[in-house]
Amino acid sequence: MSDLPKARIATASLAGCFGCHMALLDIDERLIELMKLVEFDRSPLTDIKRFTRRCDIGIIEGGCCNEENVHVLQDFRRNCDILVGIGQCAIMGGLPAMRNAIMHSDEPLRECLEEAYIKGPFTQNKTQIIPNDPALPLLLDKVYPCSEVVEIDYQIPGCAPTGDVIYEALAGLLSGRFQGFERAHIRFD
Amino acid sequence: MSGFSFQIDGVEVTAKNGQTIMEAADEAGIYIPRLCDHEGLRHQGGCRVCTVKAGGRSVAACTQPAALDLVVENETPHINKLRRDLVGMLFNEGNHLCPICEASGNCELQAMAYRLGMTEPTKFPYLEPCRPVDASHPDIALDNNRCISCGRCVRASQDVDGKGIFGYVGRGIHRHIAANGPDLQHTDAEVTDFAISAEVCPVGCIIRKREGFARPIGERDYDDHLIGYDIEKKRDE
Repeated sequence: MSDLPKARIATASLAGCFGCHMALLDIDERLIELMKLVEFDRSPLTDIKRFTRRCDIGIIEGGCCNEENVHVLQDFRRNCDILVGIGQCAIMGGLPAMRNAIMHSDEPLRECLEEAYIKGPFTQNKTQIIPNDPALPLLLDKVYPCSEVVEIDYQIPGCAPTGDVIYEALAGLLSGRFQGFERAHIRFD
Repeated sequence: MSGFSFQIDGVEVTAKNGQTIMEAADEAGIYIPRLCDHEGLRHQGGCRVCTVKAGGRSVAACTQPAALDLVVENETPHINKLRRDLVGMLFNEGNHLCPICEASGNCELQAMAYRLGMTEPTKFPYLEPCRPVDASHPDIALDNNRCISCGRCVRASQDVDGKGIFGYVGRGIHRHIAANGPDLQHTDAEVTDFAISAEVCPVGCIIRKREGFARPIGERDYDDHLIGYDIEKKRDE
């Protein structure tokens, strides 16, 4: 087993809370066995910012809420053989997608920003300006699930996914025998 | 009472005269997925999640009478694919953001997605309706954005409570559930009504105030077993 070349994995957190990256630790001691089979490329875990070479598996947490998210996601699609969306944010927008519709407004993005920076009862923004520095990535009109931006090969559902589900998917993908999840393990929360 | 037998997925099932396919299946411990049907309410045949092939035709198992020697297909890959598409469309039409919904874990729509092995609620962009939330009643709130128009609350209020608080308004994609009054406060709805009880609304549309998250996520109805477990376990007994 140790003679096989290690699978190269890249990960990214887009519009997510980093909870899915943390949930990787819920694999517990099985992580040791899994780590023998993989090495990390671009990932917040290694702090490598750019792809050093083509990767076997890309793991994406979070949906797309700004243009930087879209660029990162497209970069992952170009550089990864298999792209996996992990968690509800990547799959359907998740909590950030609340700004799409829950605001009950014709202009949900404007209303969201005004509530956050100007009108909110607890806002302490003396300038009364919505942040608009050119260095900030441009916000998209809506939060988009990853599958609306690029093709996603597999999805690991949950908020955050359980260690069992993540292990089931990663072990299956690494052995090339992933057949989908046990129905009893699927959760959207 | 006279009875007869027919087949569901190759299993011989006994039915009484006048029973629907679903009623006979329930008694035999065979679960046919359903969302708009609920024990104690009259059948509606609205959601079509209970679609089965009976004698080669697609029918709603909750309204189609069982018949002698009928051959019914229930859990086949083809029918489950149709069911996944139906459930996906129901997710698509509303604001079903499971991680933020109080009903998550108790939600039958979500549980149906689990049972059908769906890893994403819908393949299509959410339609994101912006219907107003009615929180006027002191004990009850209605978030119509999560409604799947199953009509269970309509039938429960009309037939069981004898109040007729809920009804459908609008047509086509605009059809939705509305209260029989300017808002819920101005109806005779009470939190003790059967229509308001946790078992009637399959999703997180009818909300009983001050009991949110009383049971934490992870300890809810469908966290331990698949939907339909209570019916399927009858078969083992």
